[in-house]
Order: sequence, then structure tokens, then C-alpha cells
Amino acid sequence: MSNPLRIFVPVKRVVDFAVKVRVNPAKTDVDRNVKHSMNPFDEIAVEEAVRIKEAKKAEKKEVEVVAISCGTAKAQETLRTALAMGADRAVHVEVKDDATLQPLAVAKLLKAFTDKEEKKPDLFILGKQAIDDDANQTGQMLAGLLNWPQTTFASKVTIENEALKVTREIDGGLETLETKIPAIITTDLRLNEPRYASLPNIMKAKKKPLVKITPEDLGIDVSPRIQTIKVEEPAKREGGRKVESVDELVDKLKNEAKVL
Amino acid sequence: MSLSIATGLRAIRQTSVAFGRRGYAAAAGANTLLLVEHKDGAITGATLNALTAAKAMGGNITALVAGEAPEAVAKAIAEFEGVSKVLTASDASYEKNVAEDLAALLVAVQEKNAFSHIFAGHTAVGKNVIPRAAALLDVAPISDIIKVESEDTFVRPIFAGNAIATVKSSDALKFVTVRATAFESAVSGGGAAAVETVAESPKVGVTQWAGEEIQKSDRPELASAKRVISGGRGMKSGENFELLYKLADKIGAAVGASRAAVDAGFVDNSLQVGQTGKIVAPELYVAVGISGAIQHLAGMKDSKTIVAINKDADAPIFQVADYGLVEDLFKAVPELTEKL
Repeated sequence: MSNPLRIFVPVKRVVDFAVKVRVNPAKTDVDRNVKHSMNPFDEIAVEEAVRIKEAKKAEKKEVEVVAISCGTAKAQETLRTALAMGADRAVHVEVKDDATLQPLAVAKLLKAFTDKEEKKPDLFILGKQAIDDDANQTGQMLAGLLNWPQTTFASKVTIENEALKVTREIDGGLETLETKIPAIITTDLRLNEPRYASLPNIMKAKKKPLVKITPEDLGIDVSPRIQTIKVEEPAKREGGRKVESVDELVDKLKNEAKVL
Repeated sequence: MSLSIATGLRAIRQTSVAFGRRGYAAAAGANTLLLVEHKDGAITGATLNALTAAKAMGGNITALVAGEAPEAVAKAIAEFEGVSKVLTASDASYEKNVAEDLAALLVAVQEKNAFSHIFAGHTAVGKNVIPRAAALLDVAPISDIIKVESEDTFVRPIFAGNAIATVKSSDALKFVTVRATAFESAVSGGGAAAVETVAESPKVGVTQWAGEEIQKSDRPELASAKRVISGGRGMKSGENFELLYKLADKIGAAVGASRAAVDAGFVDNSLQVGQTGKIVAPELYVAVGISGAIQHLAGMKDSKTIVAINKDADAPIFQVADYGLVEDLFKAVPELTEKL
């Protein structure tokens, strides 16, 4: 474990979770000219890293939190949000088109950055999935490329020196894994409740260091391996019918829908 | 002399590689490896849906059963039509689906067998293991497919199911995880595949499984239940879920929940239906006290018949519900239970 304990937190700028996306007229993508914000699972990742930093401070152990985003120039807004939440510095890997940037390429960028960086991470905390591509891959792929252990879908994290204990959300319940850092953690919804950045912290975040690099600096080819042939609206449901009473509901379910 | 031997060896190797390729090209369709997920000696439901998806491509399917004592599960999967071979790998870490060890096994099996596809269910296990193995083999995996268009083209939902993307992989090997509710479950019978043991692959051994807390329930499993009753914030407390349990037991349904109900501590996390919880597509989905946020709809809007019970007539859930009842759930649910 390096001194300080260093946590890298990859964050993604995505279409805001409350926006109902629409497919574009050309059927090649969704309309991305809508409100964006930090991927909700990444907020949880930043929060967890900052909480570890605060907890270790009480033990007189220093922690550095580094936020990283791979995307267009606008990804810097997301990095500033992470800095305002408590990250110490930020790294922006600028790509020309983030709509075609895929998890394998991001994992390779993060791996290459880790290899190149002098101040190496002890821990990566990522969101379990981005709410745009819903892939749920990057953390696992990065763990594979770095040959580090992975603890995905975390709902509880404990770090004691180099020992990492993580409770994970699995089908049917929870399981606990024990491993060692350096390691990868991906966050599930239940891990924590992210804080709001206060105005003073937003102002302070503007002065925190943010460096920009490119995929070329890292020697990584980010061209997509998966081609999107078309994007369509999902089938529409014919909903909206109301019934007046429980009796009518029972009747419809038995005689019309025939599901009871 | 030594140079000519080396050249000769290289020529032989190249010939055999070329022969091997021709051999594969001549075989019909895909050559797929199916990762068989199992728990307590039983094959999990999602594996049988993934098998159906793999069959949609044609070609051969080899099933991989890894576990502490994989023989019984191997025998069970060998009896499914479409499975032409079963491979077994035995180790305690496989039984607990430890990602580092299971991904290393997949890589070793792939390097020896050169499959064209590796399929698994899009479950907590599939999601955890498949991307790691794919990265180790420099492949971009395709998550959560709902349709097989061809051997390299698949359909998958994005943006919480608000858009459906058709995607084509340019990798020689395709790693695919399958949305269980989008494919029928394969039915046992008609198969008699041979079972072979794979060579032991080195264990990473860095992660130890330390325990689990599984929610015990006599009700059907949420992800595969034919009927699901879900409660949301409107239930007001965990005790009130008793109303839903009574209704569920009466009609043999599983019980689910919205994120709000889980966050409020009414029920366990594992019951969450939605973009980041379980995806369900039962014949009947009854949403009780659930407003119908985008993230919740992502997990249930492919249900055959949707019923909403909510006292807010403007709740978005009514826009997708086949039958909506605007009433206080504390009155409507007991009445419904009584009248069924």
C-alpha cells in the first residue's frame, strides 16, 4: 500500500436519470441534447472514496482521491462535481466522441493511465453500471486487465491496512468477500447516500488541479469493437385503461386478460 | 540443419492451423460455450434461458459446469437438447463463483477449444465474471441481449429500456450475457451429451468467499415467477407488506418492490424490481403504491398484463397499466385478496 492510500474514481457524464430519452429521427442513437449529470452509481463511488478519506483522517492516515473521466470537453463539468464532493484532483482523458466510447476502451485507458502514473492507485472505486449503455462491464474489465481482484455490486466496504472486506448484492441476498488491495470495487445503490456539494466546496473545486491527457498520450486505440446498427423506440404499451372497482378488476383479470 | 527443422515445424503448425480453421468454417453455425450457473445442486433458471438464446444461432453448444462437485449438474445439463458436450471443472472457488478464478478458467477453456461464442445469463454471476474474462481475451462483451439477430448481431436495451439497440460485434469471439425474461426456458430432455473433465487451470486464489445471507422464501423466485405483486413507497411500512404477502400467497405470486420501498427498509434489496434490480416479465404484474419511475418501469414493462393500484390518478404507472384502479391500497388490496 502506498503512502498515502490512493483511490482512483472513474466518473461518467451521462444523460440525467430523470430525463426520458427519445430515439433520434435517423434511428442511429438517442437525442443527447438533454440535461446531463454524473452517473448516479459514480456519485456513490465518489462518496465512498471521500468517506474512506474522512474515516482514515481520524486514524491519521492520509488518503488521496483522484477522479478520472473519459469523454469530451464537457466531462470536465462532471470532474468538477467530483472535486466539489471532496476529490483532491482530477484527470480528464479527452476523447472526440464519447457516444462511441465503449467499456473495453475505457478499461484500457484506465489501465494504461495506471501503468504510466507515478502515483499509483491502491484502489479503484467505480459505479456498477452507467445508466446510459447499461453495460455493467468497465470495473470487471479493468480488474482483469490489471490482474487485480474485483468486488462488484458492493453494499458495504471495510479496509483494514491491506485487507479489503466487501459485502456484495447478489441474486437472492448478500455475500461477503475478503481480498487484498490493490483491488477494484464497483458500487451498488445501497452502499451510501451521496452528499450534495456545498457552494463553498463548488468554488473551492474550481481551484483544484485538473490535468488533461488524450488516448494518444496513453497509446490506446479507442475505436469501437461493437457497431450500433440501429436504435429504436421500445414497443409501446396500450396502457391507460382504468377500472372503477375491485369487482371490475377481478372480472377483467379472469375473463378478459385470463391471467387468474 | 536446425534451421530446416524449425522451418519444417513451422510449416506443419501453419498447416494444422489452416486445417483447423477450415474445419471450423465447414461446421454449421456457431460453436458456443455456455457457462452453467448453479446453486445448491440445481441449474439456475437464467442458464436455461441463455441456452435457448444460444440455440437460436444454430451450431454446437458446449456447457461448462464449474463447481466443487460438478458431476450431478453436468449430468442434468447433458440431458438438454442442443447441448453437444459438457465440460466439468472442479474447485471450491468455482462453487462460490469467485470471479478471478472463474474468469481464469473461462480463458483456459477458450484457449484450448477456440469457441466462437461464450454465453451466460445476465445474472449477478454472469455480470461479474463475463466482462473480466472478455477483457483478458481482449473482447468487448455484449450485455443483456433480448434477441439474437445472427451470429454477430444482437439486440439489447439501453437507457433503462427506453431505447432498443441492434449491435454488431467485430470481435472474432463474442461474449454475450442474456436477459432471462426475453427467451423461453429450455426444457430438459432429448439430449445425451458426453461429459469430459477439463484440465485444471491455475487458481488466482486472491479472493476468499466469507459467507452469505440468502433471503429465504416459500414464494416463487421473483425473476421467473408467472405472477408478481410489488409494493412501493405507498405501502408506508414493512409490516404493511403483509397485505401483499397474503395476496401473493393466494394466487401463487412472488413479491417484489420498488427502490423507494427497499430504501425505506420495508423489504430486502434482493426484491427490487427495476433497471438496477431484477428484470421481470411475468404474465401478471400488480404494482401497488408504486408511482412508476423510469427506473422501475425498466424492470417490469415487458410483463404481459400490468395492474396498478394507486390513489394518485396521475401516477405514471397508469400509463403502462392494462388495468388501473384509483383507490387507497389499504382498502383495495384486502378486498382483492378476499374476492379471489
